[in-house]
Amino acid sequence: MSSYGQVYVENGKYRLKGDFHHLTPNMPIRDKNDNWRLLGVTNPRDMTYIHSYGGEAVFFESLSKGKLLGTRCENPDCDYKGTAYIPFRIHCPDCLGKNKIEDFTKLAQETGKIHTFMVCERSGAFNALDKPIKFINIEFDGISTILMSYLSLGDPKFGMRVVPIFRTLDPTYTILDLSWVPEGTKASELPEGFSF
Amino acid sequence: MIHFTDKQLKIPKMQRPVYLVTAGQSKFDRAMPDKRTEELCVDALTMAADLANMTPAELKGYIHTAYYGHFADHFGDQLLGEAVIHDRLGLDPLGNIGVKTGGATGGSTIWEAFKAVASGYSDCSLAMGWERMDEVPTDEGNFLISSAADKDWESPLGHIYTGYYAVMAQRYWQIFGKSEDSFRKTLAEISVKHHGYARMNPFAQAGMKITVDDVLNSPVVADPLRALDCCLMSVGAACVVLCDEETANEFAKKTPHKPLRLYSAAGSHTLRPADRRDMEIPLLPHESKDLYKDLAERFPGGERYPGFSGFLAARMAAYYGYGMSGVTNPMDDLDVLELHDAFTISDVQTYEDIGLRPYGEGRDYVESGDCYHTNPKTGEPGKLPSNLSGGLIGCMHAVGATGIMQTLEVATHIWNRWAEIHGDDKLWKKFGRTKPSDWTDLQVKGAKRGMAISHAGVGSHVTSTILMDPDHLLKKD
Repeated sequence: MSSYGQVYVENGKYRLKGDFHHLTPNMPIRDKNDNWRLLGVTNPRDMTYIHSYGGEAVFFESLSKGKLLGTRCENPDCDYKGTAYIPFRIHCPDCLGKNKIEDFTKLAQETGKIHTFMVCERSGAFNALDKPIKFINIEFDGISTILMSYLSLGDPKFGMRVVPIFRTLDPTYTILDLSWVPEGTKASELPEGFSF
Repeated sequence: MIHFTDKQLKIPKMQRPVYLVTAGQSKFDRAMPDKRTEELCVDALTMAADLANMTPAELKGYIHTAYYGHFADHFGDQLLGEAVIHDRLGLDPLGNIGVKTGGATGGSTIWEAFKAVASGYSDCSLAMGWERMDEVPTDEGNFLISSAADKDWESPLGHIYTGYYAVMAQRYWQIFGKSEDSFRKTLAEISVKHHGYARMNPFAQAGMKITVDDVLNSPVVADPLRALDCCLMSVGAACVVLCDEETANEFAKKTPHKPLRLYSAAGSHTLRPADRRDMEIPLLPHESKDLYKDLAERFPGGERYPGFSGFLAARMAAYYGYGMSGVTNPMDDLDVLELHDAFTISDVQTYEDIGLRPYGEGRDYVESGDCYHTNPKTGEPGKLPSNLSGGLIGCMHAVGATGIMQTLEVATHIWNRWAEIHGDDKLWKKFGRTKPSDWTDLQVKGAKRGMAISHAGVGSHVTSTILMDPDHLLKKD
């Protein structure tokens, strides 16, 4: 009986439950054109990384609650005070002070615009998105950076107004819980599990 | 708008000059099931010894430190691979260190060895790089490469690095290419050129006689980039040997070529293009502010720098490198280039970053014919030929070795040994490759100075390696 590996934290320590790897035997690699002589072996391996989001955890948790968080430097001594960031930056890259977390959901809904895009026909292994993947980079009024994400409905165009949608049902707690649709899309048209 | 201080913009000044005395590389291929990585590194070092008219043991006798470039431990599934290679090359107990900066690993490895010699720590350093990308299936290889993007914010979006470049290609095409089909055709011409030059290179894995239509009809990977717009996945190794002047003079008594003066510099920028903030364009020696005052009028949308259309890291690597070596205008001062053509679009972007053309006008470097060995429009030598090796699109992208291969290729032109090395019938036969009946000598006649650009990620690290005939320097020490 096996189960997916699960992890929780108790008293600052990781606690592990279930199976984290499965043993698969290695196999010989032989040369068909040279009397099947041995060239090497396969080394199959199935591992699970235990990854902390650290100070960004609140961003990923908030996606599942329908919120897009960003940050802003509010250090009065910083030359770049007031600079706002999406993607979320824990620290100001200039003064290294701790940035203030802000909810930019409304700003994104009202000003999100496609800066650039592409349509991807292929993917690497372990891809979880349907192909073709419509990558979009979104700019927002008053934000110094440009977020990379993906468009779930419609065809991307430069300058297209888009609004965020969130996977609030069965979230993955990854960046894939955030997606975008053209402004004016109806709630009934959204992909399963997503809401505005 | 962000700014840099004068201290940050200081031109590096080295303690003493550094020379490249010899170089070597293995065959490059998509897979090499019959060779271990150490065998490829031995091949590279043996070639370096051959070019210097020495035995490998004689050459090794000069080496004092070793710098090893290997991008991806997870491709080779071997941590501390540097220790394996160092031992198999018989270089213990010399100090050695691994260098990892993604696609710029080869250039960064040279940068480190350069500083070791320039500082006086070593009189002779080895810079060796390798990669083997054949130990996982291609889709898993793409997954591993995508791990060089931000693993929480970018990699899950398809696990396909080409996609991260394609958004840049779309933006560049719209702003500076004015959405013209002719710009897309120019990108295709770069692929035709690089696959074509690779046909003349026995080390290269993807020599092809193709047309623009072949590129435009190849499968879409990430629109607008197609399969033939993209670099290769490769296996192979390359090395250079760097010395101080006294040691270089010893080499000069034995080798059939001059030691070449070498300068190396580096720049960086954010791993995520998303994090790039607006700034003024840092200027190269031959540029003035006026050059860009009406950029946004000529190219609406092009006012944001570097945005998604330029590479600040490449511009800074050129800025520091030109300052160190005395290059004031690369089109006039250099004779041959090897650029990091990970994708056809990044080749064009780099033309502007390193000042071959002003920002927004990179396509003209191809369309004018300047980038060719022989300008197809005039039949005369190209003004500043690039990627005569075939580059990453036609020759190889064995990541840790790439920047070193590029430097070797530039050196062969300045040594006037390109034809001797690339036209060697025995080498074609040894590599199991057929020398084309129309094989062409791509030696850049009279080449005295050249540069290799090594580039990582979506512009996270870039190095410039500048080589000069010591009798044709541009700047006094």
